[in-house]
Amino acid sequence: MSSVLYDEPGPVARRRERIGSVVGGLLVVALLVLAFRYADDRGLFGADRWDVLYDPPKNQSAEAVWTSMVLRGLGATLRAAAVAAPLALVLGLLLAMWRTTRIAWLRAPATVVIELFRGLPVLLMMLFGLLGFGWDAFAAVVFGLTVYNMAIIAEILRAGLASLPKGQTEAAYAIGLSRWQTLLLVQLPQAVRTMLPSLIAQLVVLLKDSSLGFIVGYPELLRAMQTNAQYFGNKYYVALFLVGAGIYLVVNISLTRLAVWLQRRGGPKTAGKVARDVTVAPAGIGGPGGPGGFASGAGGTV
Amino acid sequence: MDLIADNLPAYLSGFRVTLQLTLLSGAFALVWGTVLAAMRVSPLSTLRGLAVTYVELLRNTPLTLVFFFLVFVAPQFGVLPPLGFWTAVIALSAYTSAFVCEAVRSGINGIPVGQAEAARAIGLTFSQTLGLVVLPQAVRSVVPPLINVLIALTKNTSVAAGFAVVELLASGRRIALANPSEATLALVGVGLFYLVITIPAGYLAGVLERKVAFAR
Repeated sequence: MSSVLYDEPGPVARRRERIGSVVGGLLVVALLVLAFRYADDRGLFGADRWDVLYDPPKNQSAEAVWTSMVLRGLGATLRAAAVAAPLALVLGLLLAMWRTTRIAWLRAPATVVIELFRGLPVLLMMLFGLLGFGWDAFAAVVFGLTVYNMAIIAEILRAGLASLPKGQTEAAYAIGLSRWQTLLLVQLPQAVRTMLPSLIAQLVVLLKDSSLGFIVGYPELLRAMQTNAQYFGNKYYVALFLVGAGIYLVVNISLTRLAVWLQRRGGPKTAGKVARDVTVAPAGIGGPGGPGGFASGAGGTV
Repeated sequence: MDLIADNLPAYLSGFRVTLQLTLLSGAFALVWGTVLAAMRVSPLSTLRGLAVTYVELLRNTPLTLVFFFLVFVAPQFGVLPPLGFWTAVIALSAYTSAFVCEAVRSGINGIPVGQAEAARAIGLTFSQTLGLVVLPQAVRSVVPPLINVLIALTKNTSVAAGFAVVELLASGRRIALANPSEATLALVGVGLFYLVITIPAGYLAGVLERKVAFAR
């Protein structure tokens, strides 16, 4: 990787760099070996710590364990996300349109709703559903995920609308489109396109946040891990955790990769100079943007 | 509103814990995140690889899973993290630092290339270029996104309520469970305290963002 932060290395610097990388790599390997030795000393790699995944004790079948983790645990996680995501997208779109209304007092409620839900923790919204309204855990989880993410999505779409070149609206008005037609036919399609990476990043956040269901008693993936560990014994926590964390990483990283891929190929098809500036990473100092380098939308994507 | 007024001491003590969590984890995450960002643009591939792996892992993991690891899984390694408050600080800082790193890195990317070229042309080394020329300028444009990361951190401290830390949300939940008929009101009280932090901070981020935009 060449970067403007340092010179294109000459032979000496290249040798030094190679030595540095090798020494650094060896250090990392040494640390890993030490960690493995330490873990091994505690019997972490003994079959009795892992057999829960292929030959569990207590006369249970490995199938039952995997079913409870993947089918029921991950299934519940995905079900909550699959209900909440479309709801949040539709409501966020409506809020974004509402917020761009020209009459100030009509716009105010949308602004209040967005600012309110953006500023509150998702967990609090879930508790509102659970304790305040007396709903069951699933409804509470979906409610929390929906109201928070619809506010963020509304903000992302608003930023997308604001980033469009002015000429788009002017041209639409010039050919006689009404305000609604301009919004629906010209501005929104482009805004959604421009903001697609941020929208997908937000869906990853939604999926991650569904794990908060663990705290409000929704039986999702984390809860499945815990239930299994409590049934078979605490020593299986490590094996079960690795499976659960692996599932989360695979799902989320694939979604993130999808966002990066969309960002790369979405570029030339959107209109105008501004849209290109948004989709192509600026030729800045740190070299190529790399995976996950897209702008996080509206400050709520953590 | 009597319920909120009657339980004000409980709310305030929870609010104090939330503030402590935010400030401590925020400070740790800022330092560690900046170090990570420097590693990500450094010439040494080992450092780059380490930082990329760390950031990608933490960014794609739910915060609840990080807490889960520290509370339930780490003891199985024989690592016993201090219970409660400090576990929460460790989990929150580790998680937030990944997002700080991304914010700082995009700030570094936003500095015009000529700045670094000029710095190198007068013979500054990598660390001098980064420390004396690029980072001080990046700080300006990085402040608004960093405030947004810290706002998210403030809201994320609520996850600690699920792992035996009695912060704002946990005290609110207690009050709600003790007064089932007025549970909604008790939670509204919690919400007000969060908004006291998040709305002014969000406003500040917006103002600073416009200022930076004008200054450039």
